[in-house]
Amino acid sequence: MTPLRFASPAIAAVLMVCPPAAAASLLGDPHRGASLYETRCGACHSLDANRIGPSHRGVVGRRAGVVPGFAYTQALKASGLVWTPSNLDRWLTAPTSLVKGTAMGFRMPAAQDRADVIAYLASPAVAGAKRPAAGR
Amino acid sequence: MTDQMRFIDRRAALALGTSTLSAAGVLAVLGVATPRRAFAAGAPTQDVQLLNAAIALEHEGIAAYQIAAESGLLTPDVLKIGITFQGHHKQHRDDLASAVRRLGGQPVAAKALSAYATDLGAGSLKDQTGVLKLALKLERGAANAYLGLIPSLDQTDFHVLAARMAGDEAFHAATLGNALGEAIPQKALIFG
Repeated sequence: MTPLRFASPAIAAVLMVCPPAAAASLLGDPHRGASLYETRCGACHSLDANRIGPSHRGVVGRRAGVVPGFAYTQALKASGLVWTPSNLDRWLTAPTSLVKGTAMGFRMPAAQDRADVIAYLASPAVAGAKRPAAGR
Repeated sequence: MTDQMRFIDRRAALALGTSTLSAAGVLAVLGVATPRRAFAAGAPTQDVQLLNAAIALEHEGIAAYQIAAESGLLTPDVLKIGITFQGHHKQHRDDLASAVRRLGGQPVAAKALSAYATDLGAGSLKDQTGVLKLALKLERGAANAYLGLIPSLDQTDFHVLAARMAGDEAFHAATLGNALGEAIPQKALIFG
């Protein structure tokens, strides 16, 4: 492979310490995020049911590993994370890099997609209390 | 290659930065910008954790088709397709369980069928269209889930396994979408 040459050592150093594009700095679209949530997250997650992953209603601002009835990995329970938008962005970028030993491997590489999903999870319709189960 | 071998000490990387740095080196350094937390002694490996989550996904898929089959809402032709797809998910489960055992792990067990029925809101299904829509949602999501999982898996063999499973789920989703009369997507890169 041809080596990449940087004009300045400073540029190389900056590249080394800068994380990938962060969704936290992007304006998220909760409506697009709702659609993305269904197609990208919906295989494993629901808002109000613990499935392959824990339920997500009220996740923004919540401590990691505390949803009642869900069997978390020890790694996530011990992570000490709070699901701020910034941490959710890091999580969706590369969950196993943020918490080694987690059972979540799904990555969402596009920063705008992450911003939209996080905006959806933070939206009033999702952030509120659990809705009564309709017909169940 | 172990995680320790892959980890590039940032100070050492900065020392290299005075002249040249390969593209692979840049990516390696960017990839470890967030410090990784070490495994506790005796904890399952990362791939075991991830593959077990995939087994849990397959358990749910198998259960969903079982609930559909027992619902009495499906015509015989659709029921036959559903049973075939359920068989695919059973093969996925078995292949994933073999992989977990090869790594020294224990495959995760399935929940009770009634628990899946509750989680998936099966009680609200009233007709075949509703069943097909639920199946499409799960299959489409599963295709995306496997594609999103690939970069987190350590072993190349598992990259291939997850990609093949994503292909199966995409096939299921396409078949179900067709049965529901969904339009063919106009844009490429439909999944992922």
